[in-house]
Order: sequence, then C-alpha cells, then structure tokens
Amino acid sequence: MSEDAVRLIPADEGSWRLEAYLRRGGYEAARKAVMSMAPADVITEVRKAGLRGRGGAGFPAGLKWSFVPQGGAGPKYLCVNADEGEPGTFKDRAILVRNPHQLIEGMTIAAFGVGIRKAFIYVRGEYGRIAGRLREAIAEAEDEGFLGGGIFGSGFDLEVIVHLGAGAYICGEETALLESIEGRRGQPRLKPPFPAVVGLFRAPTAINNVETLANVPLIIGRGADWFLGRGLPKDGGTRLFGVSGAVRRPGLYELPMGTQLRTIIEIHAGGPPEGVAIKAVIPGGLSAPALRPDELDVTMDFDALARAGSMLGSAGIIVIGDKIPILDVLKVMARFYAHESCGQCTPCRIGTSWIHKTVMRIGEGQGRASDLDHILRLADGMKGRTLCPMGDAAALPVQALVTKFRDELEKAVAR
Amino acid sequence: MSYAPSAAAVKKIDGIIAPYPEKSAALLPVLRVVQDELGCVPPEAETWVAAKLGIQPIRIREVLSFYTMFRRRPAGKTIIQVCRNLSCTLAGAEDIIGFLKERLHVGPDGTTPDGRITLVTVECLGHCDHSPCLQIDGIDHGPVTRDGVAALLEELRAHE
Ligand SMILES: Cc1cc2nc3c(=O)[nH]c(=O)nc-3n(C[C@H](O)[C@H](O)[C@H](O)COP(=O)(O)O)c2cc1C
Ligand code: SF4
Ligand code: FES
Repeated sequence: MSEDAVRLIPADEGSWRLEAYLRRGGYEAARKAVMSMAPADVITEVRKAGLRGRGGAGFPAGLKWSFVPQGGAGPKYLCVNADEGEPGTFKDRAILVRNPHQLIEGMTIAAFGVGIRKAFIYVRGEYGRIAGRLREAIAEAEDEGFLGGGIFGSGFDLEVIVHLGAGAYICGEETALLESIEGRRGQPRLKPPFPAVVGLFRAPTAINNVETLANVPLIIGRGADWFLGRGLPKDGGTRLFGVSGAVRRPGLYELPMGTQLRTIIEIHAGGPPEGVAIKAVIPGGLSAPALRPDELDVTMDFDALARAGSMLGSAGIIVIGDKIPILDVLKVMARFYAHESCGQCTPCRIGTSWIHKTVMRIGEGQGRASDLDHILRLADGMKGRTLCPMGDAAALPVQALVTKFRDELEKAVAR
Repeated sequence: MSYAPSAAAVKKIDGIIAPYPEKSAALLPVLRVVQDELGCVPPEAETWVAAKLGIQPIRIREVLSFYTMFRRRPAGKTIIQVCRNLSCTLAGAEDIIGFLKERLHVGPDGTTPDGRITLVTVECLGHCDHSPCLQIDGIDHGPVTRDGVAALLEELRAHE
C-alpha cells in the first residue's frame, strides 16, 4: 500500500486528476458503500471510527448524520463547508487543490448514508480559482459515472453545486452559511431547530467541513478500526496541522491526531529561526486561546486542548516569536472580530468594537490604567450571551492574551 | 439608465440559476458575474438582478453591503488584496502595505489616479504558510518581499 493512498494531501504528480486518484485506489470506497452497504451501516461505521468534525467544534460526524431524519419524500441537503476563514488555517485549500476527488468521494458516501441527492460546496470567495479546479474534478467524476445520475449504475443520484461566497468570515458558521447559500446576508440563525432538522431551504441538512468529508473514504475503504489506529482510541485519524509564524518551515503537516504540539513546532516545522524564542502559540486558528511556552507539552486533540483551556479548532498553529509585542497581536485580533461581527447581537457587536477601540487607544499611547480590566469585562459580557459561537470565539482569545501577558500589556498601557 | 448584461453573461447567469431549488438563492454567484463584467454592481444592475431573480431590490442592496468582495462603485482594473491578519503581520505585512501605499501613491482601499490599480487590505487569505501574502486579480503570491512586490508591479505595468 503506497502511503499516498491514505494521505489527505498526496505527493504524487498531478494528484488532483481523476486518473491519479484512481491509481491511488480512489472511488473504491464509494463503490463499496453504494453497491454493497445499507445506508445505516455507513453511518454506523463512521460513528465507530470516532471521526470528529475538522471545521472547529469537533462534533462526531456520524452522530450528526444520525440526527437527519431517515426516509421521507422531501428533499435533504448536504453542505460542505469550504469557507476556511479562520485566520491561520490553510488546510482545506490544500485538499481542494491537491485532492478534490477524495472530498467528492466522501460527499458521495455521506450523501448515500443520509439519503441525500443534492449537495452544495460553499467555497470562500477568495478561493475563486481553486473553485475552478473543483468544478473540473466534479465534471470528471460525472463523466465517469461516479457522480450525477445512477452512480456506479445503481439507482443512487447525487448532484453537486459549487457556491462561491463573497468575503465574510461569519459565513463559515454553519447557519450563516445556509443563509448565504440562500442568497442572503450571512447572519446566523437561532438554534434550535438544528440544521439536521430544519436547514437549507427549510429541509433537513448535513453540514461538514472539507477535511471531515475527505476522511470518509478512508473509513469506509479500510474500516473504523484501521482509522482509529491512525489516531486516538476515541478520536480517530490524522489531522492536517498548519504551522505559520515564527518557524523555519511553515507548512501543512499531516500527523496522527494527538501528536504533541511541541513536536510539531520543533521537529516538523523546524522550530523558531536563529535568534528567536517562542513567546506564545495559538494552537487552533485565531479563535483558540494562546498558550505560553511552558504550556506546549500538550497533545493536539480536541479533549486535551480543551483541558488546557484552549481548543483544537481548525488546527492552524500560529507561532509568535519574542520580537513581536503582544499588543500587536491583540490589535490584529481585536480588529478582526470587530470587522467580522455580523451585528445581530448587541454583546458581540458592541463588545468587539469597544475592545478594538480600547486596544487601538493603548496602541496610540493613550492607554488608561483601567483599560485591561475594561477589556476583560467586555469580553466577559460577550461570553455565552450571543446567538452564535462567534461571541465566545472573539472573547476567549482576547481574555487569554490579556491574562497571560498582563505584565507586558501593563507596560504598554503605562507608556 | 437601464442595464442589461451581455448575451454571454445572461447565458452564464441562466446556467447558474438552473440547479438552485429557489432562484433567489443564486444571488451571490449572479452578482459576481455582473461585477466581473462591469467592475462593480451599480444601482441599475441591482434593478436588473432583482427582476431576474424575482426578489425585492432592497435584498440586493442588503447583500452588496454585507460582503466585502462586492463593490458598488468602480475600482481599478487590477485589484491588489494584501493580507494583514496575524500570520502575515508576524511576517511583516505592515511593511509590505506601507511599501505598496508609497509606490502606488494611495491609501488602503484607494485607487491610483490613472484608475489602474486598487489597493485593499484584507483578513486572512488562507495562505498563511506563504506569509506575507497578497492576491492580485485572484492569483496568490507569497511570501513576498519589498523587491518581490516591486517586480510584481513592474510586471503589471508591462502587461498594460
Ligand atoms: C464564526 C465561526 C466561523 C466558522 N468558520 C468555519 C469555517 O471557515 N470552516 C468550517 O469548516 N467550519 C467553520 N465553523 C464551524 C461550523 O459552524 C461548523 O461547526 C462546521 O462546518 C461543521 O463541520 P464539521 O462538523 O465537519 O467540523 C465556524 C464556526 C463559527 C462560529
Ligand atoms: S455572536 Fe456576533 S457574529 Fe454571531 S450572530 Fe451574534 S452578532 Fe452575529
Ligand atoms: S494571515 Fe495572511 S494569509 Fe492567513
């Protein structure tokens, strides 16, 4: 078995083409599912594999699919989240560019399991050119009967539509994504009802991240036990760890779930460049609370990072070197969330913009002694008081920076 | 002034609308076709799109004002989007932005007096392993240096 066959990001030449994917054993898992498995068994196998969502929250994929009502005459939809807006994250791009057929195959298997005949792939607007390659892959798959009407000569059909976003981070939130596909502003919906019951065009809808779905052919093709063996006992598979910032070799590293954070940074990414020491590490995209250098001996999996007071999120690791003032990091963070708040809930709309103004004022040398506590209070006022998880996503990383690097920030305030 | 897209654009738009269960859902991709043709989505195009998709014109305005990639006013022929989120900032994005402003004689979100180039700063482009990075008319470049940016500007000039 060639290693490329089980990689999410294969290294073979022209890896994105159908013929290359077929050489790696592509579409065998979908054939197996559609031709010889009962839909319910597909869902059971994915549940056994402990596949947790790679989009951020880590919700078990098979469990989520089981919430979609079985049977029924009305439409049901699958939405693929390729919005990839979380700063520090560039993994879904790599799958779309190097391995689009594995995503398509995963979609086919998921749709078969849940009884879905129409799927949307929501691609962020900035990936317009990448969406072009995805469309080519879809056309190739349709030509070969792997997608479209009567897949593998069976009675199962799946139509796939690529929908381009237009620049809005919040559209990565699953219900905002639905609004955006329906042609509206990307403003999150109140839950419940959950999309599995009332989703796209008011129909039951499964929503999954690109990386989540790209893992599905491996599970069906090789079995849940094999998949668990590639990761942790309850959290199977590998993870695409993106490393950027102060390291010698920024890039994407596909490693077992539960690999040590320090190992990824020091060994795989080569550690910080000559003369630079690590000041802080953001382990899972900008929304994941930062860790101090003495907190890096943590395994990179959902539960371990939650215990460490942070989150695995999108597994985008940002390494901050000691030459960068923490205030600069805080400025970027505060600006980002103030800019991206959709404005529906007062705590998020006001909180993010007030934090931003306060941070900018400190940056201009006009800081007040009470500013840091003020920021912490504003962040506290957002947590758990908003319609969507963005309120927390904006509050927690700000609080972590202010709490963990308080001494340095006090000096900036007093300047 | 009334607006009607080119026959080619109308054909493309009809193709885009067809697979959606509800016509109005095609709004974002349709606006993109219009913007690709006109460089922006002016008020008269709003009216046309609204009629085409059977929705109120106000819905178009709501959507245009929400998404950062839509423009209601013309921009330069070439659009340079520079990332200024964290990974790029750590790698010197502010210096690159400063250099571009100086070279192009514009502020961020400004267009050169000859109408050729618009400079905008954006949040993460999903290319952080190549930071600092930027996108010129949809093509990614990175990691870029001042010299690299100067060369890209030269290239743009040469392709005039
Ligand atoms: C503000 C916000 C932004 C998000 N952005 C993304 C994103 O860009 N891509 C993504 O896959 N999930 C994103 N999510 C998570 C989605 O809401 C959702 O949990 C995910 O698409 C589910 O897929 P999964 O279970 O396969 O991870 C975001 C969530 C929030 C609150
Ligand atoms: S928490 Fe923020 S982003 Fe989410 S719905 Fe409320 S205002 Fe919008
Ligand atoms: S931070 Fe610039 S591309 Fe991600």
